[in-house]
Amino acid sequence: MSFEPPTDRRYLESHEWAAPAEADGRVRIGITDFAQDELGDVVFVELPDEGETIEAGEEFGVIESIKAVSDLYAPVSGEVVAVNETLFDSPELVNDDPFGEGWMLEVETEAESDDLLSAEEYEKQIA
Amino acid sequence: MPLQTPPLRGLHAERGAKFTEFGGWDMPVEFDSIRAEHEAVREQAGIFDVSHMGEIHVTGPDATRLMNRLTTNDVTVLEVGDAQYTTITDEEGLLIDDTVVYRFPDEDGEAAYLFVPNAGNDEATHERWIDHRNEWELDATIDNRTDEYAMFAVQGPDAPVLVGEVTTGSVADIGRFEAREVEIEGIECWLARTGYTGEDGFEILAPWREATTVWGAFDCQPCGLGARDTLRLEAGLVLAGQDFDHESNPRTPYEAGLGFTVKLDTEFVGRDALERAKEEGVEEELAGFRLVDRGVPRHGYDITNTDGRVIGAVTSGTMSPTLEAAIGLGYVPVEYADPGTTLRVVVRGQSKKARVEPLPFIETQ
Repeated sequence: MSFEPPTDRRYLESHEWAAPAEADGRVRIGITDFAQDELGDVVFVELPDEGETIEAGEEFGVIESIKAVSDLYAPVSGEVVAVNETLFDSPELVNDDPFGEGWMLEVETEAESDDLLSAEEYEKQIA
Repeated sequence: MPLQTPPLRGLHAERGAKFTEFGGWDMPVEFDSIRAEHEAVREQAGIFDVSHMGEIHVTGPDATRLMNRLTTNDVTVLEVGDAQYTTITDEEGLLIDDTVVYRFPDEDGEAAYLFVPNAGNDEATHERWIDHRNEWELDATIDNRTDEYAMFAVQGPDAPVLVGEVTTGSVADIGRFEAREVEIEGIECWLARTGYTGEDGFEILAPWREATTVWGAFDCQPCGLGARDTLRLEAGLVLAGQDFDHESNPRTPYEAGLGFTVKLDTEFVGRDALERAKEEGVEEELAGFRLVDRGVPRHGYDITNTDGRVIGAVTSGTMSPTLEAAIGLGYVPVEYADPGTTLRVVVRGQSKKARVEPLPFIETQ
């Protein structure tokens, strides 16, 4: 199976992505297609509230599939300005559209992780 | 120790299965998605490769006596072709394993049995049978045939039709917990109306070397151990090593809700301890619960009362695909085990409201 990661965003080794949001200085955060496929049916996500801050490289939430529990790691530091609350009732969106409708947070970026990978670098890692 | 591989490891990998270690075996955990596989079994049918299960064959003049003295149920009620769910206990009446015993056709005029210990338990069980046979000076032949049998389960409301189509003779007259020798695609198999999903269905013991042919006879959703776990949990069926464990969570059959397998009018290892346990009554028992708050209970999470005092731990938990609710099992003091009782489950430091539910969680066959 191929999991070609979109080139409009950057990645953490732990399978989170950060993509520029519409507003300047903001990014959206989610997990990759590869990650959702590894997890299987997503049944639960635990995310920070709006107004909280997250730290690059640190845990910001938890995702659970039927079979597994995984921590989510932040690709950037900053204040959470939007949470995809649709996921609380429809966590399967992470499986259906991980790079789109399955996004998790929008963050006002203050700093980026030093470990962000390009799409090409990330693709090599999951190959 | 290298993992043991089921006969169809390569075939499953080609089909895109993901694998997991279970009981020392490298088994398919998921073919497509646990949810899709689960739903197929509840609504149509699915096939599982459960070749990791052990098979121990016992025959000889004292086979019946040996079986009866090492299992809690009464094998003397079995006629040829009957199956029986039973447990194996130690001197203290604590569960070592649960198993299904099949009475095979007689061999040389003697009763013959095949029973199915859980994955990874076959060698220890085989030794236990041999040691006790020797100690008691019984005349029985005990053979570990785990490597000779592939085992498949075809489960779901459509299973009788699917199995009937590829089997010589009728399968409709095989009742629950009955079994017989049949041919599937010309291969001699042992076909039993048993399962671990709460649905109607069959389990098939096929010769290891013919596994491909028998598996290939069924055109239905292949299912992994992931769906097997969600299905059995909805059906309120316990998993050895998880809902009880001789080392880490020793329990009597009464605590585990398996008292129906204990026949105190037979002689078996653990009988006297279990007679006392029955008279005294249990202090804790396995309860089913549903989370009212959002979250998923997992093995090992604390269960507390509404005051926050720890009263037990989750043994199994999942998001139930059928109920679309988080469900679990755990041992709690009996005063907390009545359906409707409010409990709390601690999920990553957060206390979540839960309610005790009657078992099984769903209607089962």
